[in-house]
This record gives sequence, C-alpha cells and structure tokens, in this order.
Amino acid sequence: MHAFEYHRPSNVRQAAALLQKNEDAKIVAGGHTLLPTMKQRLAAPSALVDLGAMGELRGIEKKGRAVVIGAMSTHADVATSDVVAEAIPGLAKLAELIGDPAVRHRGTIGGSIANNDPAADYPAACIGLGATIITNKRKIVAEEFFTGMFDTALDEGEIITKVSFPIPAKAAYAKFRNPASRYALAGVFVSKRGSDIRVAVTGAGSDGVFRWSEAEEALAKRFAPKSLDGMSPPASGMNTDIHADAEYRAHLVGVMARRAVAAATGR
Amino acid sequence: MASVTMTVNGKSVTADVDPRTLLAQFVREHLRLTGTHVGCDTSQCGACVVHVDGKAVKACTMLAVQADGCEVLTIEGLANGAELHPMQAAFREHHGLQCGYCTPGMIMTAVDMVNRLGSDLDEATIRHELEGNICRCTGYHNIVRAVETGAKAMTEGGARQAAE
Repeated sequence: MHAFEYHRPSNVRQAAALLQKNEDAKIVAGGHTLLPTMKQRLAAPSALVDLGAMGELRGIEKKGRAVVIGAMSTHADVATSDVVAEAIPGLAKLAELIGDPAVRHRGTIGGSIANNDPAADYPAACIGLGATIITNKRKIVAEEFFTGMFDTALDEGEIITKVSFPIPAKAAYAKFRNPASRYALAGVFVSKRGSDIRVAVTGAGSDGVFRWSEAEEALAKRFAPKSLDGMSPPASGMNTDIHADAEYRAHLVGVMARRAVAAATGR
Repeated sequence: MASVTMTVNGKSVTADVDPRTLLAQFVREHLRLTGTHVGCDTSQCGACVVHVDGKAVKACTMLAVQADGCEVLTIEGLANGAELHPMQAAFREHHGLQCGYCTPGMIMTAVDMVNRLGSDLDEATIRHELEGNICRCTGYHNIVRAVETGAKAMTEGGARQAAE
C-alpha cells in the first residue's frame, strides 16, 4: 500500500471540503473493497477521508412507505434490522448473503453502492426496489445512479448519505455465489409494488447491474415462477471470466429469477 | 504519522503510526501481540479476526487509525490469567486444530458467534458461520465440535458467574 494522508472528519460538510481540497482523495467507508485494492496498488489515493466517525450516516428507519438506510450502516446492521426484516425481508436476506460475518461487520451499504462492483449485491436491490440514492447534493433514482461497471452518477466530492427503498408488496433476492469470494456469479432481485414489477440482475451482465425487461413483462401477466419457465436473457450481454462463461451466467440468471419469484411469493 | 488511541485487551494504548498501518500489523508489530495471525491478507481466511467494539472483524482489512477510540480484543485478551476462556478450553479438549495457524481467528469468530446467536448452536449453523475462516489443514470436524462445546460452556460459565 502506498502512503496517504488520513482524515477523519466528524460531519459530511467537513468531509466534502476535504475531498474538494485533495483532488486524489478517496472516501473510505468500511474499506472492504478500497483497502484490498490499495494493497494491490490498483488504487493509490493521496488521502483517505474516513466516514467512520459520522453517527449521522448510520441508522435505519421506516419513513412513510419507505425504509431509509444510512450510508454507513453495515451489512450486519441491515441483515439484523427489525425494521428491514418486517418491511423488506428480501433486503435483509440479501445483506446476510454478503461476504462472511466479519466482513458484514465492516462493509457498508454506501460503500457497496458507490463502488458499483458488477458482482455486488446492493445494486440489484437498489434497482430491483426502485430505490433513491440520497447524497449531500441531491437525490438520484437508482436507474440513473448505476452507469456501468464500477461507474456511478456521483460527482467528484459527492457523498452518499442515505438510500431510500420503497416498501414493496413482494420482494426477494436469489444469488448463485462464487464459492470462494461469495460475490454473485448471478444475483436476481425481484419485486412487485402495485403494477411496478422489477427484475434486477447483478453479477452476470457485462456492463454491471441491469433490468431484465422480458422477465418483467412475463411476470406482469402473472407474478409466479412458472411465468419465467424456460426463460433466460441472451448470452450476448453476459460477462465471461474464469469463474463462468456467458452462456452459463445467462442460464443462472433464469434459474435465480425463478427462485427469487418463488421466495417472494412463498412458494 | 497519525496518532491513535485505543483500548487493547483492557489496556489503553497510544501510538504514532503511519496511516497505512493495518490493525493486524499494529497489534502484531507495535504491541507485540502476535497471537493475531495474518494468513491471506485479503479478508478471506479469517486468521486475523479480532473484536472491535465487541464485533468480529478482519484486522488485515482495517487500518489501525480506523480503530481510534475503539475497544479491541485479541486472542491474548480472552483468557483470565492462567485460566483459559471456555472457548479456548473447548478447542484444547477437542483438539480443534492441526497446525494451529487458523486457531486464534477461529476462536475469536466462535466467541463472536456465541455473542450474536447464543450458545445453542447446531452443527449447520456453526459450519455456516465459520465460512469466513479457513483451515488449510481442513480440520473442520474437531473445530465444529469445539465451537459447539465452547458455546455451551460459555453460558454455563456466565450462569455460574451470575450466581456467585
């Protein structure tokens, strides 16, 4: 790891000012992607701005018809939250499937979303539930936030403060995990809220998280696993790497989508 | 350099460190608490698990400066003098180790498991909860038995203490 300056501001305004002053500075939340990347010298920020001291960024509450989660809430916070378990159990389950217990004690929802790893879980939940990402500057709807592999709509110095998830009637996540890294080889988040039906896919697409519209149309007729029988997205849009090729990933997306719908409908 | 102050195994520690010092490095090289091992250095293997503010974390993937103001518990802080912590005693009783390299992390994870889930742990739960700790000797069978026994002993010990 290359040397860097370390800052631990106590509020978002200070953090934004520090980011503005240090052009090559990076935000560190739980550090579970950034620190390994820095160890490999794939990232070498001049300074780290640690959001760890900001209580204001942590916490989970139900606000009207949404669950609002502070950006520094850990995966363990989300997985064990009574509010999340009651309102969106599929989201609690997703958090529980990230990494392992020690990783979940440090990794945060804000960090995961800001990084937009193509195999991360939260991007699927954000798009699959129609979430709004709230920053120190504005609100961004999930579809406009994730702009491609490791890329987001965040500007320089913009800090995610909260994520607001509308409460669905039904929702669930199914994931085929890479057995070593526990990242998604294919993860599918499905939800139904009135006539809004969403199928969001992570881990598989060659450009990161995406909505699988053919599956959404099929589920609009009847929200049941059977509606997706025999369906899988075209392999041409899927990622190929040493873990799985595009055809296999496309197949897994179909299987995970059916499992997610089954879980969401209690079948 | 950055100044950090934290409580490690009940003692307050203050030091000036290079900000890139990992918590694992800090406890091993600055505090000479070498019970915390570094196996993979990529947050996969769990040999470096310590507790920060009562929660198991991988000390290879946390900066020492991030633990500023925190309570840190390492494997050295578990025993009560010469008396082993019930989880340590269970690992000895069941020989929950082969080479022993992963053992400190296994034990710290096991104690965290009991803290979160209570002491009535079935085998499936224990195996699932140990997914972030790797034993390259593959000696999982005795580790799982040790965690099961240690978990029960932790409540019995707690109940005895409460009764005294």
